[in-house]
Amino acid sequence: MQRADRTQTFGFIREFATRWDTLALIVVLAVITFMAAASRGLLAPLSQLDATPLSLAPSHLPEYAARTTLRMFTAMVLSFVFTLSYATWAAKSPRAGRVLVPLLDILQSVPILGFISITVVFFMALVPGRVLGAEFAAIFAIFTSQAWNMAFSFYQSLRTVPTELAEAAASFHLTPWMRFWQLEVPFALPALTWNMMMSMSGGWFFVVASESISVGDTHVALPGIGSYIALAIADRNLTAIGWAILTMALVILVYDQLLFRPLISWVDRFRLEQESGAEPPSSWALTMFRRSLLIKGMKVIFYAALRWTSRAWPERGEPRLPKPARTRRGWIRDTLWLALAFALGGLIAQKLGHALWSGTTLAEVRELALLGLLTMLRVLVLIALASLLWVPVGVWIGLRPRVAQWAQPIAQFLAAFPANLLFPLVVLGIVAFSLNPNLWLSPLMILGTQWYILFNVIAGASAMPAELRRAAQNLHVGGWLWWRRVALPGIMPYYVTGAITASGGSWNAAIVAEVARWGGTEVRAQGLGAYIASATAAGDFHRIVLGITTMCLFVVTINRAFWRPLYYYAERHYRLS
Amino acid sequence: MNAIIETTPLLQVTGIAKSFPKPDGQELLVLDGVSLKLATGQIVGLLGRSGSGKSTLLRLIAGLAEPSRGALDYLGTPVAGPAAGISMVFQSFALFPWLTVYENVALGLEAQRLPRAEIRQRTLAAIDLIGLDGFESAYPRELSGGMRQRVGFARALVVHPNILLMDEPFSALDVLTAETLRTDFLDLWSEGRMPIKGVILVTHNIEEAVLMCDRILVFGSNPGRVLSEIDVSLAQPRDRLDPQFRELVERIYVEMTARAPAPAAGARPEYFPGQGIGSILPPVSSNELSGLLEAVAAAPYNGTADLPKIATELQMEIDELFPVAETLQMLRFAELAGGDLTLTEAGIAFWNAEQDERKRIFARQLLAFVPLAAHVRRVLDERTSHVARKSRFIDELEDFMTEEAAEQTLRAIIHWGRYAEVFAYEDESARFTLENPA
Repeated sequence: MQRADRTQTFGFIREFATRWDTLALIVVLAVITFMAAASRGLLAPLSQLDATPLSLAPSHLPEYAARTTLRMFTAMVLSFVFTLSYATWAAKSPRAGRVLVPLLDILQSVPILGFISITVVFFMALVPGRVLGAEFAAIFAIFTSQAWNMAFSFYQSLRTVPTELAEAAASFHLTPWMRFWQLEVPFALPALTWNMMMSMSGGWFFVVASESISVGDTHVALPGIGSYIALAIADRNLTAIGWAILTMALVILVYDQLLFRPLISWVDRFRLEQESGAEPPSSWALTMFRRSLLIKGMKVIFYAALRWTSRAWPERGEPRLPKPARTRRGWIRDTLWLALAFALGGLIAQKLGHALWSGTTLAEVRELALLGLLTMLRVLVLIALASLLWVPVGVWIGLRPRVAQWAQPIAQFLAAFPANLLFPLVVLGIVAFSLNPNLWLSPLMILGTQWYILFNVIAGASAMPAELRRAAQNLHVGGWLWWRRVALPGIMPYYVTGAITASGGSWNAAIVAEVARWGGTEVRAQGLGAYIASATAAGDFHRIVLGITTMCLFVVTINRAFWRPLYYYAERHYRLS
Repeated sequence: MNAIIETTPLLQVTGIAKSFPKPDGQELLVLDGVSLKLATGQIVGLLGRSGSGKSTLLRLIAGLAEPSRGALDYLGTPVAGPAAGISMVFQSFALFPWLTVYENVALGLEAQRLPRAEIRQRTLAAIDLIGLDGFESAYPRELSGGMRQRVGFARALVVHPNILLMDEPFSALDVLTAETLRTDFLDLWSEGRMPIKGVILVTHNIEEAVLMCDRILVFGSNPGRVLSEIDVSLAQPRDRLDPQFRELVERIYVEMTARAPAPAAGARPEYFPGQGIGSILPPVSSNELSGLLEAVAAAPYNGTADLPKIATELQMEIDELFPVAETLQMLRFAELAGGDLTLTEAGIAFWNAEQDERKRIFARQLLAFVPLAAHVRRVLDERTSHVARKSRFIDELEDFMTEEAAEQTLRAIIHWGRYAEVFAYEDESARFTLENPA
């Protein structure tokens, strides 16, 4: 065999084109056309939005879908860049990490929906009179729903790079740049991809909320599916809602097939467990990309860029040892850094406190606390109810791999559906039967988030070792005993993870779900979410900030006092490994 | 011994020590006063059990960590960070799972920014040399353990190092594969086909050390230090059945089971096994203890077993055998000296007894000879509640050892205490009690 033929790594392309190329070319061209169409009008003045009002005609939906998708992907790219920089900084510099990691944790629990009004004003001021400002605001809102968990996942991966691989990288003199791209990013990719998928689902919720925004007198409706849904609700147009659901379903299906399935199947090789036991996930799109010469060419360019940048990176004269942890100078810098961080924090706290307390009465505080408790009660009861329903279903599905294969994507799909889509049903129902909105609006809060419980339980049940189940069978463990001793402990860590995600999401959803509109009819429940929503509609910044701060306090306290201990308990006692 | 040693050494290690900070601010010594010289054409073995600091020493030489004291000279210049002429083969292979065999091997050359043609030529040559032809485009997950370690070798050799460091490179492989790889390596080495000038091999396998090395440094624990240096002058290829070979193996067993010398002046007596609550206890189960005890008591040993023989029969490496044998010695069930394990009266009584009687004997020996067990029991007895938190003992132990060692020691004590029924432990609340959940 000839030497030159033995590896394919940097080989030249022989054939002119394969049949996969035709397909790939179509896909690439479609993506480019779509992006060009979607980005048209970004620089148009705001008045143009009024000149060409949204239309509920289904023929406009492809364009709206394109614009919405472009926003989501722009936000995703930003989230990715943010993840790579923020998490890396936090992981590489212990000094920065001490501030950045808790900050991320808080950001994760902040109800971002409440902030939209504030960010809209900020971005509109940044690019006054242009559509771009509103676009920035919408993208930023979506970004805030995607970025935190991705950054967290990447940070955790960076902290858990296996010692021997890190040592190998050091002993072969990889520069920090090479180490980052050859070791750290690949190692983090599987977890990061999973989080990107979750983020994308979560993002839909914010699309609807962020495309059509009214803050006081300012009203902006960017062309997109979110605005379309908002308009359909305002016009009481059920057919249009139906079209919107269909379009969303199609869009989700397309990016799932074209982006996430291939990604998941591709990142399988980055998993560290080197066992070749389980069947790797498959994807027709990945096959297409792999067999297409066009894509292969792009890959060669990417790797060439990687190699070129690796070489351009300044060479370290002599490889140095990691510095000992505590030198005198380091200690001084530590102190300075901490002092700076605390001074800044103190300053912000003082300003914020001042803004909050001036004009806040004790009665207001009491009202807020009461509203917070109401919403908290709702969230907890709903999580409990959803658990009662989805845990048994999830276990049943998880133990049947064939069903699980189908159910998992469906659950993920349902998680993307924003509560607004059910507004007509709920509002009509409440009005027709004169039901109590405090009770009957609540299910909307958990509409999108309950699925996290379901698919985590499914994952837990499918991960349960077959031998354990056979042993239980063999001992004739059945009925309630089986649930108590086998199934529930087995899925515990997974369930808790799902419940935490669901709980956090539900708080956020409260802002949308505690007030529902259908045309001119408005139904509202008592709660912190409704408080923030009405403050936003009125453009009352004092109350917006007050409401959000209260919600933050609630969420952070519940997380620290309840979910986190529960999580560590479950990890310690029920993790099978 | 001969002319080679007179030339400039590849590597000179002088009086090196390594310590880690303890929670209370003091230093924990893991390696002390180690010196070693590697001359061109030599394979030097670092032989010892886990915890003897041999892997730490290897990492110091590789420039992956900095010594607390002492000097490390590579070709006459001090090592400060990973040196260009030193490369390493890892126990768990440490291959990048997302890179193909070719890419894994080429990585070190990419880092050196060589021209692409040269990278390609050298990578293929290394792959060729190590017998990986045809596997260039395979991913590590597609390969068997032996093939993966071959990639590890190719990756280390491709950068043309002067010194090859090997960290138990064969211990994660099955017996047959390990033997094939050893033989292949020795063939390449003795034919001079590898670009390396010297090798340092870390191992806990005595036969492997005698088979491969020109000089063996036997390491002792707590703190890690060199107990003795043994020159192996047998001609390659060596025969395991050769009487001289067996004699050397036997001699090393004797060295390694020799009683620890009296504590050096200034050293804490707790470092030496069985002398205080501060000694690190090995994770040895009661089943292993009675298993080895029964094997020694039965024919053909009848109470006295030659360690190399019984190691071969039970297929245990010294890393597995020694902790068990030493625990038997600590409990005074057996005497360990001169490479032999001899049962004591207590050991024989234990062997003869039934289950309940065994537990009673075990409890008696445990409380009498393991100070930590007696200490836990005393604390529980003194308290009216008869309850003590685990963290209380962890804190105490951390004055003497690292956090992990304290965890491990306490796990061992919990296991033995439970078996002997001298105290109970509740994992849920992390507490020791005197109740038995009967």
